[in-house]
Amino acid sequence: MENLYLMMAPLLSTKLMLILVFGTLFGLILGVLPGLGPTTGGALILPFTMTLEPLSAIILLTSIYCAGTYGGAITAILINTPGTPAAAATCLDGYPLAQKGEAGRALGMATVSSAFGGIFSVIVLVFFAPLLAQLAYEFGQPEYFALAIFGLTMLASIGDGSPIKNLIAGAFGILISTIGKDFMTSIDRFTFGVNELTEGIGFIPVVVGLFAISELLTQSTLLDQVFKRVALKAVKLPSFNDYKLTWKTILRSSGIGSFIGVLPAEGGTVASLIGYSEAKRWSKDPGEFGKGSIEGIAGAEAANNAATGGAMVPTLALGIPGSATTAVILTGLIIHGVRPGPDLFREQPEFLYGIFGAMLISNILFFIFGFFGAKLFARITLVPNKILWPMIFALSVCGTYSLNQSIIDIWIMLFFGVVGFFMRRYGFSVVPVIIGLILGELVEGTLRQSLVIFDGNWFMFFKRPIALTFFILAFIALSFPLLKRK
Amino acid sequence: MKDVQNNQRADEGSLPFFFKSSFKVSFVIIIFSLTLLFTTFFFDTVPPILNRGIQPATFPKGLLIIIISLTLIVYFLSLKKPWKIEKILPSTFFKTLYSFILFIIIAETLDFFLAISTLSLLISYSWGEKRILYLLLVSIIFPAIVFIFFETILGLRFPPGIITNIYYN
Repeated sequence: MENLYLMMAPLLSTKLMLILVFGTLFGLILGVLPGLGPTTGGALILPFTMTLEPLSAIILLTSIYCAGTYGGAITAILINTPGTPAAAATCLDGYPLAQKGEAGRALGMATVSSAFGGIFSVIVLVFFAPLLAQLAYEFGQPEYFALAIFGLTMLASIGDGSPIKNLIAGAFGILISTIGKDFMTSIDRFTFGVNELTEGIGFIPVVVGLFAISELLTQSTLLDQVFKRVALKAVKLPSFNDYKLTWKTILRSSGIGSFIGVLPAEGGTVASLIGYSEAKRWSKDPGEFGKGSIEGIAGAEAANNAATGGAMVPTLALGIPGSATTAVILTGLIIHGVRPGPDLFREQPEFLYGIFGAMLISNILFFIFGFFGAKLFARITLVPNKILWPMIFALSVCGTYSLNQSIIDIWIMLFFGVVGFFMRRYGFSVVPVIIGLILGELVEGTLRQSLVIFDGNWFMFFKRPIALTFFILAFIALSFPLLKRK
Repeated sequence: MKDVQNNQRADEGSLPFFFKSSFKVSFVIIIFSLTLLFTTFFFDTVPPILNRGIQPATFPKGLLIIIISLTLIVYFLSLKKPWKIEKILPSTFFKTLYSFILFIIIAETLDFFLAISTLSLLISYSWGEKRILYLLLVSIIFPAIVFIFFETILGLRFPPGIITNIYYN
């Protein structure tokens, strides 16, 4: 009861409520615009959050996350281009249904299933995050090392790219985290005599570079692309027959999405693909999939929004990001002096339940905004890239500069923008780099501390049951994509 | 070369291996990693009494060896796959990239705000925007709003330059 009261705290504060409304609207806009999305948007807005209190800042970021994940569906259905990678599966049936003149019905189903999936995942978050945090009390340095390794091996299965390329990108991310003074011995590593590098490379220049700047370069190669936009009269609530047809799919996908979200590093993209394929597998009419199946839309959308709450579970309970956007949220927590982990649950429950409540309200808000404003949001896609992207560049530069007031951060951002462009061009996902960068210090720190505890004996890792379990899970995570191919 | 470009899938034997993108990508990653690996041998070491667990260079060395090994696996796996020709990058990409270089030069020598303005103008223009009003919007009005917002709300002090000095004075 007390926790429920804490969850409703954002509703009782005008300031928090305004932040929630702004975050949800901003998230929707980001989700609608192809190439942006909650990860890039979150990274761009992170410097602004410095003026806010920690709870307000994280509420802003989480509402962007929830609404941005849904916003991608609007573009996926109306212009056959996913606003966010997590909405890729929505295109498969959303656009064909819109072409049949049922854009309103498609968007209605996407809105309802997204909101349901999101709310379902918040319930999962409220129950499972404290349990996981409780379990984490048993963790020592070796267990955290094994957990971080498990998180990194999960990178092998993210997206539809090559698992090995994902692992290379993850290792590259960890390598970036080693730049600067070694935190244990204060010895310079990869600084090449540049004083500004002794503090290491900041998260924001890398994220903004890899997401926003590399996307700007990608957009420069796609100028001849013409989008065919389907007209939308109004969003329609699904009919009774639609509900009858899809309620099992929505429920199943919400469960799948929440579970996938809880797994470290996995996020909405994987969840929606699995949610979609499971919807097809269980459907009475699988032949309709790809031609405008309402079940396909429900399956993909419930799953990707369910992953948002799920992904917050390891982020808050263990400090291991559940997805790329939660990596940004994790950075937000750290720069505001909040250390995620089991102690956070014991010491600041009002902070955590405030976040849970904000996510719940944000899911309700985007349902309302999406239902009544999808037509308006869809118009945002009409802003030409030649106007939009130069503006995003100006925001990226000022945002990156603002954190440390260092011009070198801008050069780092541009460098990673170019690196990110070529990574994407040659089939490397940029998400593992971010996860690797976030987990890098944890991996190295816990490894070195464990070796001190074990007196240099590496085999001692396998004598710790929890650590051994994570290593076995890591082995399965590595083997799974290879077995799947066979 | 012409035949190769006209086909969706290139003939395996039509070009030497070093023209294939899988080789070029693997080559760049391996050379980059080897260079970094080489530099790790020049990291300072700590005496055993201060050394906690492993030397500071050991972890990056291990990572680089993993990257090189995985890259070799990717390369050898790519040999079995049919080779697809990469789409040639359009001129707008290179114009955008050159404007980054110009941005760095202007920001370092003249002014930070001027650099943002110039880059926004160049990108917008080279991407096809010719209307003066919109060019003004992206190159002056929007950067000025962002600049003033960051300066007043976040209390940011931008680096000195010909325009920022006028603003601050």
